Amino acid sequence: MSDTLAGLLTIGAVVLVLAAVYVPLGDYMARVFERTSHSRLERALYRVGGVDPDAEQSPRQYAVAVLAFSGVCVVALMALLMGQAALPMSRELPGVGWDTALNTAVSFVTNTNWQSYAGESTLGFTAQMAGLAVQNFLSAAVGLTVAVALVRGFTRSHAGTIGNFWVDLVRGTLRLLLPIAVLGALALMAGGVVQNLADTTATGVTGAPVVVPGGPVASQESIKLLGTNGGGFFNANSAHPLENPTALTNLLQVLLILVIPISLTRTLGTLLDNRRQARTILGVMLGLLVGALALTTWAEVTAQSDAARAAGAAMEGKESRFGVWASALFAVVTTGTSTGAVNASHDSMTPLGGGVVLLNMLIGEVSPGGVGSGLYGMLMVSILTVFLCGLMVGRTPELLGKRIGKPEMTCVALYTLTSPVLVLLGTGVAMALPPTLDAMGNPGQHGFTEVLYAYASAANNNGSAFGGLTVTSTFFQVTLAIATLLGRLVPIVLVLMLAGRLARQGLAPRTSGTLPTDGPLFAGVTTAVVLVVGALTFFPALVLGPVAEALS
Amino acid sequence: MTTREFARMMLGQLPAALRKVDPRTLWRNPVMFVVWCGSVATSVAAALDPGVSTIALAVWLWLTVIFGNLAEAVAERRGKAQADSLRATRADTTARRRAQDGTLEPVAATGLEVGDVVVVEAGEVIPGDGDVIEGIASVDESAITGESAPVIREAGGDRSGVTGGTTVLSDRIVVRITTAAGQTFLDRMIALVEGTSRRKTPNEVALEILLLSLTAVFGTVVLTLPPMASYAGASTPLVVLVALLVCLIPTTIGALLSAIGIAGMDRMVQVNVLAMSGRAVEAAGDVSTLLLDKTGTITIGNREAVDFLPLTGVGADELREAARLASLADQTAEGRSIVRLADRLAPDAAVVALPADARFVEFSATTRMSGVDLPGDVEIRKGAASAVQAWLGATATHELEGIVERIATDGGTPLVVGRAGPQGRVALGVVHLKDIVKSGMRERFEQLRRMGIRTVMVTGDNRLTAEAIAREAGVDDVLAEATPPDKLDLIRREQAGGRLVAMTGDGTNDAPALAAADVGVAMNSGTSAAKEAGNMVDLDSDPTKLIDIVAIGKQMLITRGALTTFSIANDVAKYFAILPAMFMAAYPALAGLNLMRLSTPESAILSAVVFNALVILALIPLALRGVRFRPGTAESVLRRNLLVYGLGGLVVPFVGIKLIDMIVSLLPGIG
Repeated sequence: MSDTLAGLLTIGAVVLVLAAVYVPLGDYMARVFERTSHSRLERALYRVGGVDPDAEQSPRQYAVAVLAFSGVCVVALMALLMGQAALPMSRELPGVGWDTALNTAVSFVTNTNWQSYAGESTLGFTAQMAGLAVQNFLSAAVGLTVAVALVRGFTRSHAGTIGNFWVDLVRGTLRLLLPIAVLGALALMAGGVVQNLADTTATGVTGAPVVVPGGPVASQESIKLLGTNGGGFFNANSAHPLENPTALTNLLQVLLILVIPISLTRTLGTLLDNRRQARTILGVMLGLLVGALALTTWAEVTAQSDAARAAGAAMEGKESRFGVWASALFAVVTTGTSTGAVNASHDSMTPLGGGVVLLNMLIGEVSPGGVGSGLYGMLMVSILTVFLCGLMVGRTPELLGKRIGKPEMTCVALYTLTSPVLVLLGTGVAMALPPTLDAMGNPGQHGFTEVLYAYASAANNNGSAFGGLTVTSTFFQVTLAIATLLGRLVPIVLVLMLAGRLARQGLAPRTSGTLPTDGPLFAGVTTAVVLVVGALTFFPALVLGPVAEALS
Repeated sequence: MTTREFARMMLGQLPAALRKVDPRTLWRNPVMFVVWCGSVATSVAAALDPGVSTIALAVWLWLTVIFGNLAEAVAERRGKAQADSLRATRADTTARRRAQDGTLEPVAATGLEVGDVVVVEAGEVIPGDGDVIEGIASVDESAITGESAPVIREAGGDRSGVTGGTTVLSDRIVVRITTAAGQTFLDRMIALVEGTSRRKTPNEVALEILLLSLTAVFGTVVLTLPPMASYAGASTPLVVLVALLVCLIPTTIGALLSAIGIAGMDRMVQVNVLAMSGRAVEAAGDVSTLLLDKTGTITIGNREAVDFLPLTGVGADELREAARLASLADQTAEGRSIVRLADRLAPDAAVVALPADARFVEFSATTRMSGVDLPGDVEIRKGAASAVQAWLGATATHELEGIVERIATDGGTPLVVGRAGPQGRVALGVVHLKDIVKSGMRERFEQLRRMGIRTVMVTGDNRLTAEAIAREAGVDDVLAEATPPDKLDLIRREQAGGRLVAMTGDGTNDAPALAAADVGVAMNSGTSAAKEAGNMVDLDSDPTKLIDIVAIGKQMLITRGALTTFSIANDVAKYFAILPAMFMAAYPALAGLNLMRLSTPESAILSAVVFNALVILALIPLALRGVRFRPGTAESVLRRNLLVYGLGGLVVPFVGIKLIDMIVSLLPGIG
């Protein structure tokens, strides 16, 4: 089968499966967060945690709960990583250094999953299972809770509360992520992904014994993708033959990444009882996704470097079992969501392809974005768009019957500001320091892109690495951890504050003087706002990196 | 205004604009404050290391600041002039205060207190705001309204309010002062037109937050650029960074924002509406329910007689003649219209004059009839059906009831005519009085509907009549048999549904509703209680103006939104001018980004800065006049404005910067 045909078939299969599960999964998620009844297991958990599951929280209480929970998780995970030598099944590996532990803990708690270490040579099975895999579930669930809280801001009127964080967290984990992750893990195992608790020895082709690294890979792999986490069990991530052995598992991985972020738009439509709005938001997400995919695939397929010509395609840094098309697809999907898993080296992509993947993160990961974070990110962009357009039709801007006044705009403006400032400051400071030059894997524009990519990935909680850059110095460990932490928590707090402001408002009726926020016109303008705001903010940096590289 | 007049006006305001170049006032506008800081930094750089391009940059950055101030100065100009003329009318007046015992004592107008009673006679200036409690007078209010025709002010009723600073032309009135000196209508009006009491409106504040955050983002972009550039081997001189920053931050809208607000208030003043706050003007754009009084707004104030409908056995002439006689002495508009109709229907009939000893019976609220007592014990009455029936002492016949009902259903007012005399007391027939809907109302309501505004007609008429008129005028809903509390309830109901309500009113009993409405327009002819309660005063007392007020409110928001979009869209072209200029030396391949083929890096940067400054100047007229607002659905308005200001904002600077570059590159040391 030719690479092109395989690529098109893969994309076709992804579209078909997503279309099939969109409605049932989306509606199921709406029920998960709407039902008032609790299961026996959930009741037991609430009792242990001392939580009244029927009590609602104010935005402030909700935000404090998120922050406290994240703080506890970071500390617990750090302790686990630093003290792993004392744990069973640690493969006699020493504890992790404080800076790597901090970076890793922050990274997994924030759904970033940036990895400055190699999994197989750094972490034991207990740290992987009890530490990283658990955070893979919880960090994704936190993203969901924030998105659901924001949607409640739109659906409620004259309300002082936006739900109960603990209930949302437990339900997102137990009712949604866990069942799908189990199914995903079984499917991956069937596809050849390793799942055991020891390395095995096999006989190689030469007859000599070969040690095959083992571990609870499939179980961790499933939630790594489903929760748009992205931290690989092995250093090579989804390019590793035991994490992602075949084109079929690769297809499954892409599906797992996209299934929740895409279906969440259906959930939005169901909760709002406004399908048109949901379709509009889905349309913007898909438009950006398809655009990025087309550009990247075109750039990779038509690459004209000497190496590419010699190999027949731009295969440097790509796995031959996936090919150019499936690698481009994976790269776009992993950066358009907040996943960051990779099945090819982004460092080796063409300047244009790598630039698009970078831009995918810089525009705030809304195509379709991470679990929960994609939806709230897109709603924030919609508010920004509504503000500009609303003034242009001569009314106080409104989205879904909620007026966007000073307090709402303050939240949105600060939200929009956060990630660009973190990326630019991080990159700027790093470039000003001489040791950075030694950490770069390449000279010139490409080296600069490596640094820019690192901070873009951290501040937007993606976690993928361009590669090339050595990020194990304390400077990078700490500054990237700071960018990661602030890039996650500051926006979350702002989203929750906004949700509170919206919930407190009444609902303005829709008239023909109201700006319609559904339909192609608004979708087009929203797309333009995403691109223009992203482009204006990062144009100088992109010019010095991928643009200069592509033009030369 | 022609270009030449406009240029002259701009030049005239230049001194005022220069006076505003003061960091102590500029910091209130963060965007322009950043430009000011940049101008200072560039000037210092130019002084330390003079060069043609640095000096030119410094000059154009200062011009950017000045152009921004010019917009505000020009916007304030009209208000200042108006305030001056108002101040002149507030010349010291001496009032004659009436003491408890009835004696008059002279007291300065500024010394009057609320509750004081003053006497004003012909030729005197009314010393303060108040209500007429005795007498009737014609008053010249031209000082405030600009309207030279005198108006009648009288005790009681809804025309009792007088304004300090206006002049009594005839007769004598006694006024109770209702506003303390210093807070009179005139004082507030001066403060308003002058802009001293101007506060930022809610949408303006929200927009400023957006502009501030854009400024912060671009500040970060420029701040972090030097280390990135130095890695690339490119130098980043301070002046170039300042130029980039000034070009990127939203200076266009930042410079024009306050001018747009002032101009919006000013446009209200031009249609003779005094908005007590910018917030009210802005709320007008958001209004989604409009309460309109039927009389005077939808229909011309007076009903007209259109038909005489005699009962069986009564001759057409007999009814016409009786109705005419009953109305001859009736000075109400309705009465006069009956006489007119009668004369028109029978021009050749011998006109019967009112006998000298006839006695006219005036309409009263208790009898609800008027008429005439003729010699020979003949009494004729016309009035509401029930009242005339009661007077006749008879129950209505089926025929009469049928006619009355038919007229009411048609939106008319039936006036039953009855006669009592030696031959007995009989009903003669019915006069059909009709409300005349003003021409063009249907189209205006259709426009409003497209803008998403629901119109509700408020009237004291019964439901049948009200609905008929509503159908004819094309309003969306009717509040019939409305009492002031009904109005208030309706407003509360609409607001509970998230709608913003606008209404007009003039009476004291309208005051609660005016205060509750989001936009309450009080008629200047109304009572001071009404004026106090509303947040706008219509000096012409023309209730149809609500529609203009809504349009002006929308126009102000649209202008802000359009210029913001334009400002942001402009940045794309500026990037394509400045970035290749900055980095072409380090990465020659970036010459490919020089889409405009600008001649040199110096020329490119200077051209972008010059364009940025000139755009402010070029858009001042638009900011003052407001973006043209054609009523339509939100979607159609958005589509048009996106095309003009979004797409236009992308394309125009590419052309503009290229043209400026062609001129600037002729300068020695730059080209």
